[in-house]
Amino acid sequence: MSVEIDETDRAILRILSRDAALGAAQIGARVGLSQPAAWRRIRRLRDSGVLAGRRLELDREKLGLGVTVFLGIKLAAKGRVALEDFERAVSAIREVARVEHMLGLYDYRLRVVARDLADFERVLRRRIMTLPGVGQVEANVLLSEERRPGPL
Amino acid sequence: MLDDQDRALLRRWQDDPDLSPAQLAEAMGLPAARVSRRIARLQEAGVLTGLRAVIDWRALGYGVEISLRITLEKSAPRAFDEFLAAAREVPEVVEIQTFLGRVDVRLGVIARDLHHWQALWRDRILTLPHLADIEALMTVATVKAEEALPL
Repeated sequence: MSVEIDETDRAILRILSRDAALGAAQIGARVGLSQPAAWRRIRRLRDSGVLAGRRLELDREKLGLGVTVFLGIKLAAKGRVALEDFERAVSAIREVARVEHMLGLYDYRLRVVARDLADFERVLRRRIMTLPGVGQVEANVLLSEERRPGPL
Repeated sequence: MLDDQDRALLRRWQDDPDLSPAQLAEAMGLPAARVSRRIARLQEAGVLTGLRAVIDWRALGYGVEISLRITLEKSAPRAFDEFLAAAREVPEVVEIQTFLGRVDVRLGVIARDLHHWQALWRDRILTLPHLADIEALMTVATVKAEEALPL
């Protein structure tokens, strides 16, 4: 079940995915709608779940979080209990920003945010490698990242 | 440099990015003018670089999420740039990351269903320049998605 949207909705989504601080009047002016008409469309996009909220974009390095590492993790044991135990334990680690269950080369993909490589090593050794059921681990250090607007 | 109040502000705002600056000030029990000033300063310093809408692609009918791990043919001098430029032309590519490690680039790609994915894979992905090796993983479930940084 997917939400039907038209060209004007797409234009609104494109604008909001660049700058979600804009109000309905400013958005309306850009897409040729009155403030109330723009506001109704934005509310419909929010109510239908297409607009899932906002996100602050922060410069990680300026905040002293210079290192982001993606870990691909293979579990040694794979029963349902093993998955649940692992997921619960890994989600509780503060430095782990994202956990995805994958189908393919490895079972889980983790995004780990750390101050520097030494800090990352500490998290890896003390928190990740000691998780229940962890098998093989592959690490890739993030150099650059861009989010694209997507098919709008 | 950031002080404790900047960090507290960013922490609180990250927890609930839908708050307007005025609502944020109220939630923190601070005068609205002071919060606006701090936000402006964080923007000027390049710490806060944007406020963006999060789009739920599933709600728009994109049910498949694929992660592509790519190794590039690096003998061509501009392989990286040419590959990235071509990847940006594919609308279904929602994330582009470059790495130091076994993988050079990761693309996050969305598709409506597996049939759509197959078409994308053949017509838009395998035709990207300088591919040496490519591996696809499918996201089964997102267990934790904390956009917030540990400040």
